[in-house]
Amino acid sequence: MARILAVDDSASMRQMVAFTLKAAGHTVTNAVDGKQALEIARTQAFDLVLTDVNMPIMDGFTLITELRALPAFKFTPILVLTTEAGMDKKQAGRAAGATGWLIKPFNPDQLLATIRKVLG
Amino acid sequence: MSIDISQFQDVFFEESFEGLDTMESGLLSLDVGVADVDAIDTIFRAAHSIKGGAGTFGFMDVSTFTHVIETMLDDMRNGEREVSVESTNLLLDTVDVLREMLTAVQQKVETDDDRIADIRQQLEVMMASDVELQAVALANDKQESERKAEKSNAGWLIDFRPHRHLFQTGNDPVRMFGELASLGDLSIALDDDELPPFSDLEPEDSYLKWILTLRGDIAESDVIEIFAWVDDDCELVIIPLCSTEPVKPSVMVEKIAAILDSEDTMSETEQAEIADAMASTLAPEEIASTIVAQATKVKSIPVTAAAASIRVGTDKVDSLVDMVGELVIIQSMLSQIGEKFTLEMLPRLNDGLAQLERNTREMQEGIMRIRMLPISFAFNRFPRFVHDMTDKMGKKVALKLTGEQTELDKTVLEKIGAPLVHLVRNALDHGLETPAVRVAAGKDETGTLQLKAFHQGGSIVIEVHDDGAGLNEDKILKKAIEKGLMNEGDVLSPEKIDELIFLPSFTTVDTVTDVSGRGVGMDVVRKNISSLGGTVEVFSKRGEGSVFTIRLPLTLSIMDGQTIRVADENYIIPLIAIIETVEIKAIDIKRVSGQGKLYKLGDEYVPIIRLYSVFNLTPKITELEEGLLVIVEGEGQKAGLFIDDLLGQQHVVIKSLETNYRKVIGVSGATILGDGSVALILDVAGLMALYRDPSLAKMKLNNDRAA
Repeated sequence: MARILAVDDSASMRQMVAFTLKAAGHTVTNAVDGKQALEIARTQAFDLVLTDVNMPIMDGFTLITELRALPAFKFTPILVLTTEAGMDKKQAGRAAGATGWLIKPFNPDQLLATIRKVLG
Repeated sequence: MSIDISQFQDVFFEESFEGLDTMESGLLSLDVGVADVDAIDTIFRAAHSIKGGAGTFGFMDVSTFTHVIETMLDDMRNGEREVSVESTNLLLDTVDVLREMLTAVQQKVETDDDRIADIRQQLEVMMASDVELQAVALANDKQESERKAEKSNAGWLIDFRPHRHLFQTGNDPVRMFGELASLGDLSIALDDDELPPFSDLEPEDSYLKWILTLRGDIAESDVIEIFAWVDDDCELVIIPLCSTEPVKPSVMVEKIAAILDSEDTMSETEQAEIADAMASTLAPEEIASTIVAQATKVKSIPVTAAAASIRVGTDKVDSLVDMVGELVIIQSMLSQIGEKFTLEMLPRLNDGLAQLERNTREMQEGIMRIRMLPISFAFNRFPRFVHDMTDKMGKKVALKLTGEQTELDKTVLEKIGAPLVHLVRNALDHGLETPAVRVAAGKDETGTLQLKAFHQGGSIVIEVHDDGAGLNEDKILKKAIEKGLMNEGDVLSPEKIDELIFLPSFTTVDTVTDVSGRGVGMDVVRKNISSLGGTVEVFSKRGEGSVFTIRLPLTLSIMDGQTIRVADENYIIPLIAIIETVEIKAIDIKRVSGQGKLYKLGDEYVPIIRLYSVFNLTPKITELEEGLLVIVEGEGQKAGLFIDDLLGQQHVVIKSLETNYRKVIGVSGATILGDGSVALILDVAGLMALYRDPSLAKMKLNNDRAA
């Protein structure tokens, strides 16, 4: 199964996402903000990154830009989990190199379906 | 697979209440007329998290309500709405409403719907125009999607030309084709015209194009959804099969232009700046919050007994794990020595024991640190509190908080809140003057109230400092005489007069305001603080203000104790209560009728309390000259405890007597000594009360029987 890096500053979201993914057999590593995620990503490989947008210290889009600059994450699918459905945010996400997004609120089944879509 | 997400609700509530506190303190820091983007951003982010979480956990009321707040904050952030007193106050109200709503769903009780509806209406009035616009936009969206839905037909012809960088967004055309194939019958035609000769090929780029034919009764929206993540990273034309409608090229050109705009890469300097910024920020361990959500902060709502939890920084836990590791090593080392012990191994045994001692001490400190929380938990309520109070009283007060990061035991922290509120309320009500009075006295019209926390020796000091009128000694003296607390003609220094305010039922205020002055006050404050093992003192200067100084022990569950022996029993006296220990000389003893004996200490006399008679022991020593006298202080009074002998000083872990047995006057708890025996810890203030009125012990007993 896949190795997934999940980034969210909200502990309840982190727990929910991690629980759902682990139940589906994936390996999950959590990070509380972009900066921590980036530090983890520098030393470990992942098949998929899930990130929140609005986070303190380093937001999701900056994280994606930074991740894409790392050779190991050049082609890794990165999904944005966000409530921002507005087009301006999507553009910013795309500019940063996001693969796709999942709009909050979502339920565990939607999350798994989206991940299946990305991982094939 | 279905997953029950309700198990994560507790964490959601915890972080939401934290978020509300963040919103509240952020709102209070906003200056009228200034759109402080950073501050609004922080508030916005907190609201946003609550909205997202509430939506996920199915609390739609909370989610929609937060959405309106969020919209308003967004307008403020963009400068489309002014930061005014009205909007800030309304937002503060919404924070209260949200807190109520969250508490209600947490405890599964009804909310005050009228209040919520009222605030919501106010919000909507303020945002009226925007709401209308939104409604129109929503209606438009709906029409458009309905129109699209009607256009389904026999199938779709899809011209898909990804841009070169497609792979670098992590998207994979093969994956999308797989999804399309799941919708209907898919045939794929490859266009590889742009594929360069192998020598020029950039392996990371995408050169291929496809024309896909998808047959079946498939909604256009389903097809669009599959390309939703890439529709800006490609040229995409979706034409209904057997449709003759030509696609307008201008639409495509616009789309591509938009993509080009957004694709600007970062310059090198920008990258360097980001790297610098990252290097200077804190390590993640430091960032990791060490915070626990305080459900107790929810105002005027009964708090059900939610299991207390504590969030601890990972660095604290990591260091404990390290220490446990060391402990295991020492244990195995010692057991090896024990297996084949010879006298030559004595130095090694001693080394091991010394290490064990150090390790145990470190672990004890480490574990105590887990219970330590920054005092900001107690301080955080005051910006809002002072804001509301001064509004009501027509005073101008600037609140200054310092040393908010000073850490305090969780138990102490939970109990210090009420006394602090009392002191702050008193300062606002009695201490600080109205702007007019202040100006007349030649002071700045804005008063200053300062809350300060810091370490001093082994204790935490909290100061409540105001630059108001100070205590009125004349008035206090008059009141004290009126109440019969002292006699007319008694001469007291100003400090002693100020001390009088801590006496029970003392108030100088004739009319009770709804703010303070009910006459239950400073004595309760002092009692609460001494129940935490702390002290409170006042220092005041007429016309310049007053300072209340609270001293608290670092922790409640471990203290430094002096072991003493009386008859056959060992007792512990808290080291902090001991002033000195003396050998008694007959010349220093004074006999007083009815009160037993007094000991002359400097220029004052202290009562001699014989512990063996307090605890009904058979004494070995009754002659004062043969024993020792420990001079102790409690609640501002001194006494001498007559004991047989002093034993060692040690850290003692306090076990509650109340939970395991019952409350006993004169004893604050018990502890287990190194040899496994139990020793009672003496409560100095209680012993003095018992000495003054021996019937207290009996009374307590009777009460218990009656209960």
